[in-house]
Amino acid sequence: MWEYTDKVKEHFLNPRNVGEIENPDGVAEVGSLACGDALKLTFKLDENEKIKDAKFKTFGCASAIASSSALTEMIKGMTVEEALKITNQDIAGYLGGLPDEKMHCSVMGKQALEKAVENYRGAPALEAGAKIICECFGVTDKEIERAVRENNLSTVEDVTNYTKAGGGCGGCQDAIQQIIDQVKAEPKTDTKPKLTNIQKIRIIEETIEREIRPSLKHDGGDIEIIDIIGNRVIVATRGACSTCKASDITLKHFVEHRLKELVSPDIVVEEVSK
Amino acid sequence: MNTIYLDNNATTQVAEDVLEAMLPYFRELYGNPSSMHSFGGQVGQKIRTAREQVATLLGAIPEEIIFTSCGTESDNAAIRSALAIHPDKKHIVTSRVEHPAIHALCAQLATQGYRITELPVDKNGLLDLENLEKNLTPDTAVVSLMWGNNETGVIFPVEEAAKLAHEKGILFHTDAVQSAGKIPINMKNNVIDMLSISGHKLHAPKGIGILYVRRGTRFSPFLIGGHQEKGRRGGTENTPSIIGLGKACELADKNMQKENKEVKRLRDKLEKELLGRIPQSRVNGDIANRLPNTTNISFEYVEGEAILLLMNELGICASSGSACTSGSLQPSHVLRAMGVPFTMAHGSIRFSLSIYNTEKEIDFVIDKMPTIIERLRGMSPYWKTSQ
Repeated sequence: MWEYTDKVKEHFLNPRNVGEIENPDGVAEVGSLACGDALKLTFKLDENEKIKDAKFKTFGCASAIASSSALTEMIKGMTVEEALKITNQDIAGYLGGLPDEKMHCSVMGKQALEKAVENYRGAPALEAGAKIICECFGVTDKEIERAVRENNLSTVEDVTNYTKAGGGCGGCQDAIQQIIDQVKAEPKTDTKPKLTNIQKIRIIEETIEREIRPSLKHDGGDIEIIDIIGNRVIVATRGACSTCKASDITLKHFVEHRLKELVSPDIVVEEVSK
Repeated sequence: MNTIYLDNNATTQVAEDVLEAMLPYFRELYGNPSSMHSFGGQVGQKIRTAREQVATLLGAIPEEIIFTSCGTESDNAAIRSALAIHPDKKHIVTSRVEHPAIHALCAQLATQGYRITELPVDKNGLLDLENLEKNLTPDTAVVSLMWGNNETGVIFPVEEAAKLAHEKGILFHTDAVQSAGKIPINMKNNVIDMLSISGHKLHAPKGIGILYVRRGTRFSPFLIGGHQEKGRRGGTENTPSIIGLGKACELADKNMQKENKEVKRLRDKLEKELLGRIPQSRVNGDIANRLPNTTNISFEYVEGEAILLLMNELGICASSGSACTSGSLQPSHVLRAMGVPFTMAHGSIRFSLSIYNTEKEIDFVIDKMPTIIERLRGMSPYWKTSQ
């Protein structure tokens, strides 16, 4: 017998928000009868773009039903952006935890949510470049990668518990191990080696060349690096930018933002005094 | 809340008479039957009686009975012995629907150089004897086929199968854990070499089993130790449980026919009423060749674990072949071997009755099950669309 928390039992016995919303803003179906669990999620937004109502229909075990019920409760009142930040761990946490073997139920909730938001936004359903690794349960490499990353999984068995991948014929277990090794080998963002000044300058130059200049040129403007002092990037605006009253905003909101994102969060962009 | 126990293929309640028979062997009669003093020696005499009681139920002679610790040990001992006395033979024939005690053992032996043939079953869980015959080779050391299936109750024609194996000089073992005490077994009328039984499936306690080894069949012990069980199974005798199993066999022998008529009547009533009241439900397994106490019913578009937990809320105990209850992700290997569609397999519930179930209990279950299934179907995304 599974050791379910009281919260899981309570949500299973008295599930919230069972049903289907008519004319929903977002809808998704994940899982299948063959898998043994499936979830249909629908949600509706209010005039402030917040989730006004969410409903589910689930075929599956007690923890699948409880996870669906929890998910619908959690996302009500959130914007879709806020809702997307919910991880499978959050769903499991809301229920006071799930047995390891049942974590895939919370992952199913997360997947349904993402697909429903994709449906709302009109974006493609399958993640770009994703390919099916586990044929038995239709799990993609992206899904496995994410489960490994977000839950810090280290064995094939963990991955099976969280995503079901590898739990059928077992033919994909080597492929799953490779994905685990790959994710483990990724440099951790927080332990990024400190860049030397030369490296930093080169990356800033490359980034401006590749990511920023084409956009500016598109609008008839341009930018030139004058100096780089520590984290201060001194630039001069050219072309349309030099006469544009909004160039300050462009520098702060576009150029600096991109450099912070791509090079280092400490970068500050300044315009050389005219 | 009263417990309604319909999971007797998992384990059974120890009969009151069995418990009474056992108690003195915990208290005053705690001696070791191997001792030279009469304090221990008197226990040895009681074990002899128990062995006779077991032999009577099986139509065997007492010396053919070896007491073990459980059905799994008996199964392991039988297969290992067959391989040990035929070290040159590397082939085992079994079926796709065996209990893990055979199934998992064979999977391990497959990694150690043995070739395993798992015979398929048809959609009703029945075995094709012609196919068995075709798969017997000069390299086959042993054929092991279960007598009654634990999940569906389907009965294999093991007596005919044993004959086929013998014609080719191959040893035959059967796991009769679910059959003993439920259907008549008479070893005088067949040529089965080895047979396993577990005490706790017939109202004896857990932790006691027997392996029947036909007189004249060579046997190589699994547990090596003292001279207990005539050197065929080392380890001090589990006296209270042996006494208990003896008593349970005596009760089964005396009451089997009468009891099973009643158990079968209740099982048939439960099955008929549930199928009648719940749409899109069906029985898994052959209706005719079946243990009298078991019914395995699939309720389409709902999942077994969820059904079990709602039943549990009402005190009703059963089990399921769904993936979610097993800890693995695939539904029962038995239902898959029968080609039961996944949509049905996930929603399968096994009800297994015993003489302790009452008409009132069965009526209660008949009354409650439709609501449970309806409630879950109301939550299922597949239900409406499938109508």
